[in-house]
Amino acid sequence: MSNLKKLSRDCVAQQVAADIPPGSYVNIGLGMPTLVAKYLDPAKEIILHSENGILGIEDVTPGDPGDEDLINASKARLQLIRGAAICDQSLSFAMMRGGHLDATILGAFQVASNGDIASWSTGDTEAVPGIGGAMDLVAGARKVIVVMEHTTRDGQPKLLRTCTFPLTGKAAVDVVYTDMAVIDVDPQRGFVVRAMAEGLTRAALEAATDAPLAYADDLFFI
Amino acid sequence: MINKIIPNLREAVSCIGDGASVMVTGFGDSGLPRELLHALIEHGAKDLTIISNNAGTGTTGLAALLAAGRVRKIICTYPKSSGADVFTALYREKKIELELVPQGTLLERMRAAGAGLGPFYTPTGYGTPIAEGKPQSVFDGKGYVLEQPLRADFALVKACHADRWGNLTYRLAARGFGPVMCMAAETAIAQVDDILPLGLIPPETIVTPGIFVSRVVRKDSGL
Repeated sequence: MSNLKKLSRDCVAQQVAADIPPGSYVNIGLGMPTLVAKYLDPAKEIILHSENGILGIEDVTPGDPGDEDLINASKARLQLIRGAAICDQSLSFAMMRGGHLDATILGAFQVASNGDIASWSTGDTEAVPGIGGAMDLVAGARKVIVVMEHTTRDGQPKLLRTCTFPLTGKAAVDVVYTDMAVIDVDPQRGFVVRAMAEGLTRAALEAATDAPLAYADDLFFI
Repeated sequence: MINKIIPNLREAVSCIGDGASVMVTGFGDSGLPRELLHALIEHGAKDLTIISNNAGTGTTGLAALLAAGRVRKIICTYPKSSGADVFTALYREKKIELELVPQGTLLERMRAAGAGLGPFYTPTGYGTPIAEGKPQSVFDGKGYVLEQPLRADFALVKACHADRWGNLTYRLAARGFGPVMCMAAETAIAQVDDILPLGLIPPETIVTPGIFVSRVVRKDSGL
């Protein structure tokens, strides 16, 4: 699989960032999604939400130690932007569950072609599970954007007909950005490839995916 | 005269007995009432049920309470943070019971308890293992799970300013779980940076009114 043409994590993050409309309220989850914040155009005034009750965050200025009482979901210290607001955590989750966030960007172990997502447990009883805010985000955000590697480290597909791990939410995912492609989840057609890595063949993409793929009429290459 | 001020941390938690259920504010270290937790260790109550977002990291605060063997069960949303070594070891040795709850559901269960509501329907967790064994229903084509209110005997809360009536303000995102935990607990105990004379906190800046708070103590008041 090593000869496959893949996109860098930064390139994937840039793609996601470019697709967020100006003025959106967006929650960014742990892992690969955190890179997206780096590529958001400040002129678009996209307001980032942190589940612990903050609207309007950015990375701390280099050299600034930050504040223990100002962190994001990754437990990294952050700083407020001008116009930021702080609320209690139940109000923050009302924003998430109540359909007020325009988008949530999160990682996943598996995504199925019906939009099911598994992101909190691999069923390994030795491993400590953790749900956090993920179930609320996928239940309530207007658009659920998954950012993840296309396959596991040992090459197993993460885009599947049916998730095998415990679900985070049912029929929740709208679009998946991977290091091989950008794939919309259509309620009728299932996975529809919107874009793919330059130099990658359809056969190679299909071999790395354990579900049928349709291709958008205006498919483009990244 | 109402006076909820307690002279020191140890006395502030002296009402917590063995087997109590205790809510603990904090999102990681943000908003964690570390001084009250250390006082609780000194006090010695055991067989506790802890309700908190995380399960402690490092060697202080919640992790220290777990390491001291005082916690029978933890109800939380995300116990696997990096540095959660104390919890992870106890979990693998099956020395602690874990009830995993989605974060918004945990918050709303506490808010419902504090607001006098009964069970409520939430879309969170529908179609997942979290919904198993719970009543489920479909409204307007969307699936929901019935969740129960969650009360506790005590809440340990990190706040910023208080007065002798128990009115509270919070610093930055340390607010977090404070307001709902004060509502949901029979006895809410707040550690604060400073206690101000009555009337000095502008009323519209009070986040948790004193009606929800039983005890306030300065975090530097010692054991």
